Amino acid sequence: MTTIDAILPDQEFLAFLAQGKFMLQQSRSSGKPFFYPRVAEPGTGNTDLEWIEASGGGTVYAATIVRVRPPNADYGVVIVELDEGPRMLSRVEGVEPADVFIGMRLQAKIVPFEDQHAVVFVPAAGEKSGKVS
Amino acid sequence: MTIDRRTPAAIVGAATFGIGEAPGFTSMDLAARAALAALDEAGIGLSEVDGLFIGQPSDFLSGLTFAEYLGIRPKLTNNNRTGGSAFLTHMNVAALALAAGEIDVALIAYGSNQRTGTGGLVSAAAPNLYEKPYSLRLPVGGYALAASRHMHEFGTTRDHLYAVVKSARDWAMLNPEAFLRKPVTQEDYFNARMVSDPLSVLDCCLVTDGAAAVIMVRKDRVENREAAYLLGLGEATDHYQIAQMPDLTTSAAKFSGQRAFEQAGITPADVDVVELYDAFSINTIMFLEDLGFCKKGEGGDFVASGVIGPGGSLPVNTNGGGLACVHPGMYGLFTVVEAYRQLTGSAGERQVNGAEIAVAHGNGGFLSSQVTAVLGSTATR
Repeated sequence: MTTIDAILPDQEFLAFLAQGKFMLQQSRSSGKPFFYPRVAEPGTGNTDLEWIEASGGGTVYAATIVRVRPPNADYGVVIVELDEGPRMLSRVEGVEPADVFIGMRLQAKIVPFEDQHAVVFVPAAGEKSGKVS
Repeated sequence: MTIDRRTPAAIVGAATFGIGEAPGFTSMDLAARAALAALDEAGIGLSEVDGLFIGQPSDFLSGLTFAEYLGIRPKLTNNNRTGGSAFLTHMNVAALALAAGEIDVALIAYGSNQRTGTGGLVSAAAPNLYEKPYSLRLPVGGYALAASRHMHEFGTTRDHLYAVVKSARDWAMLNPEAFLRKPVTQEDYFNARMVSDPLSVLDCCLVTDGAAAVIMVRKDRVENREAAYLLGLGEATDHYQIAQMPDLTTSAAKFSGQRAFEQAGITPADVDVVELYDAFSINTIMFLEDLGFCKKGEGGDFVASGVIGPGGSLPVNTNGGGLACVHPGMYGLFTVVEAYRQLTGSAGERQVNGAEIAVAHGNGGFLSSQVTAVLGSTATR
């Protein structure tokens, strides 16, 4: 297999983000999306890659609150399981870190970060804040 | 007991140096002092070392630096870096090279002055493009995320984590070398400052100075002396960054352990003493599960039952571990030194009577690299 669509994975990913698109890669032959971007599908080495737009839907898979010294505010960091399957590190905005819970439904949002962009999440429409039993 | 051994290697000397605070020494000074003490115990001269293994905190060519410092010309130099488990990967290469006749004497060493020399944890962890925007505090944040998932899936609690911390302290109080020889109460634990939920400062390993070294030879060279025989060793890795870990509640120790036990021809039930890399309290719970000492998800209740502490049926981290004895940044080699001491009957007040089989287990990165060694006393020879 010699097709290599994604020659510069990081640069292409960031260029998509700058256009407001959160993209994942997948191998055409396996059809299984993965993240983070690479030159080949992890596990198979397939290089028949294409970019697909993520739905933006995801679920909190693991969560921590990073404690910092005042006057800075504690903040949350989560691992999100995307609806397409891959997991990524991120944070949940628009809700107190203590109100983020494993299983919480999320929607992706692109925000500026330094001179680039990053993917963060907000609670999905209708998702309650605070722990549900 | 009849054991089918893959490897004919034995540890004939092991030493530590500068545990706690060792002001004025460089990291390499500390490694050299531990190395010379281990050689002395082995009764082997420095000039006989022809296999050199080391991994220093911030010297990425430390194999070369160490050979130069000692003034030797090793046939085999290796400074493989897999995080804190690196020194057990060195044991693997050393055993294979000894078996192949490539080398006759392997020296594996490590030293770090991170407490008095640099004033903080030295971490090789550099955030990448996909982690940096979120400012996860590393390494603790990786382990905190794993702990959160373990709690979610299995109902593991901070009371369970406390049981790990308490056991480590109880052992440390029996070890004159341990840095933190002070009892801990449940009140202390629950009042401790949180660092990255659900982990508090008491769930985190120490930041100390310290050095360790071991000497390995072919077992046919061992005559009329106590030694620790390498019965089996397995390595496994399945991710680097925590978000890429296939299952946050099960580490690759499941595979490294299976391989090590299979080579040694034993099961976890045959093990008398366990030395695990407890960088954080959750590690002890996860590794006991992954290595098969209890079922997945039952590690919390297992440690809370008291079996891992002094007098328990499965003594774990008998030196006090990274939580209460020593943690100069990479703890892996200290698990091997303590296993050697237990198997050679030289562990003093904390000696596990009749210990014949020990597990030394190293962890690197963010639960990323797992290496399990099964070691046996003279009785297993």
